[in-house]
Amino acid sequence: MQTQAQPIVAIKGLVKDFPGVRALSGVDLEVYPGEVHALIGENGAGKSTLIKILMGIYSKTAGEIYVEGELKEARSPVQAQAFGFGAVYQDVNLAQHLSVAENFFMGQLPKTKLGTVDFKMIHRATKEILESIHVHVDPKAIIRTLSVAQQEMVAIGKTIFQKAKLVIFDEPTALLTNDETKQLFQMIGRLKNSGVGILYVSHRMEEIFSICDRATVLKDGALVGTVPIGQTTQDQLIAMMVGRNVENMYQIQHQAPGETILKVDNISRGRAFSNISFEVRKGEIFGMFGLVGSGRTEIVRSLFGADVKEGGTVTLYGKQADFVRPAQGIKAGVALLPENRRAQGLALGLSVSDNINMVAQNKISRYGVVNNHESVKIAKRFCNALRIKTPSVYQRVKNLSGGNQQKVVISKWLEQDSELFIFDEPTVGVDVGAKLEIYKIFETLLKEGKTIIMISSYLPEVMGLADRMLIMYEGRQTGILSRDEFQEERILRLASGIKGKE
Amino acid sequence: MTAENKSLKQRQYNSYLARYQTELLLVGILAVLFLFFGNTSPVFFQLDTLMKLLKQASIYGIIAIGMVFVITSSGIDISVGSVVGLSGVIVAMGMVNGVPIPIAILLAIASSALVGLFNGILVYDANVPPFIATLGSLTIVRNLILLITGAKTISDLPKVFTNFAADSLLGIPYLFLSWAAFVCIGLFIAKKTVFGRNMYAYGSNKEAARLSGIRVRSVVYGVYIFCSSVCGVAGILLASRLGNGVPNAGTGYELDAIAAAVVGGASLDGGEGSVIGAVLGAMIMATLRQGGTLLGINSFIMEIIIGSLIVIAVVLDKVRKKRN
Repeated sequence: MQTQAQPIVAIKGLVKDFPGVRALSGVDLEVYPGEVHALIGENGAGKSTLIKILMGIYSKTAGEIYVEGELKEARSPVQAQAFGFGAVYQDVNLAQHLSVAENFFMGQLPKTKLGTVDFKMIHRATKEILESIHVHVDPKAIIRTLSVAQQEMVAIGKTIFQKAKLVIFDEPTALLTNDETKQLFQMIGRLKNSGVGILYVSHRMEEIFSICDRATVLKDGALVGTVPIGQTTQDQLIAMMVGRNVENMYQIQHQAPGETILKVDNISRGRAFSNISFEVRKGEIFGMFGLVGSGRTEIVRSLFGADVKEGGTVTLYGKQADFVRPAQGIKAGVALLPENRRAQGLALGLSVSDNINMVAQNKISRYGVVNNHESVKIAKRFCNALRIKTPSVYQRVKNLSGGNQQKVVISKWLEQDSELFIFDEPTVGVDVGAKLEIYKIFETLLKEGKTIIMISSYLPEVMGLADRMLIMYEGRQTGILSRDEFQEERILRLASGIKGKE
Repeated sequence: MTAENKSLKQRQYNSYLARYQTELLLVGILAVLFLFFGNTSPVFFQLDTLMKLLKQASIYGIIAIGMVFVITSSGIDISVGSVVGLSGVIVAMGMVNGVPIPIAILLAIASSALVGLFNGILVYDANVPPFIATLGSLTIVRNLILLITGAKTISDLPKVFTNFAADSLLGIPYLFLSWAAFVCIGLFIAKKTVFGRNMYAYGSNKEAARLSGIRVRSVVYGVYIFCSSVCGVAGILLASRLGNGVPNAGTGYELDAIAAAVVGGASLDGGEGSVIGAVLGAMIMATLRQGGTLLGINSFIMEIIIGSLIVIAVVLDKVRKKRN
């Protein structure tokens, strides 16, 4: 990092007001050429607002933005692009039905003499760019047919094509596997070496320490500080983010496991998973680890009845439990907190109360008529118990932060008084503070004699919380380890299908 | 009373306002229209005019309530006009063939419900997009009517039947009373029943609803059957009003019903829809038509104004949502 050079972008005293809320209050930030600058903070700290102002999606209320020394402000995304700003979002925004090349040239498709699109030219140009960054994707491929990682690489390629001087990454690794993440980091390294400035938003501390030069921490819309990564520690950064010291995050009180309650015997479903067998005991946290697409999610969905499995048997509390409908799983005391809470867990346009009571409608109704008084009372009780931050139980869930949304989904199942809780990626997109609270909920559940199956792609989390762990690779189970056998290297080896001693 | 308490009250009040924003806006628009027409036309506020307005709004209004249900579940039903026609013709044919009036009415409603079931099966089991499924029903049902009637109007209906639409109770038209009854039923189902709450959940997020153990099939069947049955009733009322079973009755009603629902705040993306909103939407459109007629405004211009109103309502709604 050359501190003498002029920053690509320098933000001074940035303020953004939304009706009734100050989202940013006087934030300063500088990104230099060849610097990877982490932007961190809990959800709601103002990171996205800052990015959106840079990218011309929101306009600022006050403050100054200097682009290479000149006072400028992007009033539209097109203008931001002209300044040399590019962004790669978590949910990649490419046109899903167009080809890679068409996405690169969107809005500026070159024409041939006949007035048709010059496909030859755009395919050639796209190919050159992709090759220059070692991305092996066919320019003619339709985006929708690519994996998430490939899509992200294409999105990065597009920013390079647009000659971006500043590239913003918004949680780029959330949906990537370990290998893909490695590739992404190599690419970020190359961008950095070519003098591009990078603003990197992530919740994952390990990543920040492996690729970033400096970190700027926001809390509640205010600047906490900017620190060189070399001179800080993870604990210090987390303390800056949450405003207090956090000891070992994963330290929760475990229970001695009781009798076997769930017996999964040799179940299979098409290409998703085959010959899976394991047992879960009362009061334990049973972890499931594997890369995205290794079949973990599909297994728990079939346990719950969301998908129908093709072979094998499942026994729950000694009774046959081969469910074909979620309603059956629910009746037997199984709760599923799905992988994608926005797409599968919540009715975003409905109120907190409606969502919390979604499963238990029949319990609080007589002759099909819902007792609204009761449902509001229940919602209020959970909002207090789980400390869900919302102005009222009538608030639409879409206005809540990720952590609070997750707590709403959890409430839905707590109310149902389920026995076996399946958490599929419970802390994705959830800030540190809410994570700790979710772990506390785990602790309480265990204390009440409930059992937990937890899927996570984030190894430190599974290792920190699980009593035992099932490891998957491409639809097969490659091992079951107990807590004293948890070693990072061993688990990663199993999860990537490398044959070891097992 | 502490300051904190006060701000809590204020917040609750604000959230209450926010929840009924669309409805309040529509009441405002309706009030403005009433004042405008009342001031420009001397007869607008006469009882006779107002009754006519209510009668006109009633039949559309009843259909709009069914439509709100379907739209809330993220579907659409454009076969409503055909069902109105079917029901009117069946009740008329029944009566002229000597079937007792109550039985004829039940027959008409049952056959309407059957169309709803058919729509539900197409949408849920065959996975046909609702627009296409009900477009099919629209065509099939309308031509079925023409086939069974030979495209001829069925006349000479019993006086008891035809008087219903003209008569009133204590000065309030029966038509309007029927509408009011359906508003109450619609509100009750939407707000108070498990089915109603499941309908909102399903419309808002199908997968989340399924994973929450909601019987998705019964929600889909339910909304389409409800909508068609309600249209069946509207068809009977229309036949009473027209005094005949008219094969082409109800043609084009789907547009007004959708418009009333959407002006009333229902979102075509599902998960949002208000019975009261639809009622107000239907009232606004009827008021515009009635007022326009009184002022002698060219009816083409009137329809252009109504069309614009629909578009403006949707645009305003989008803008409001974007701001939130």
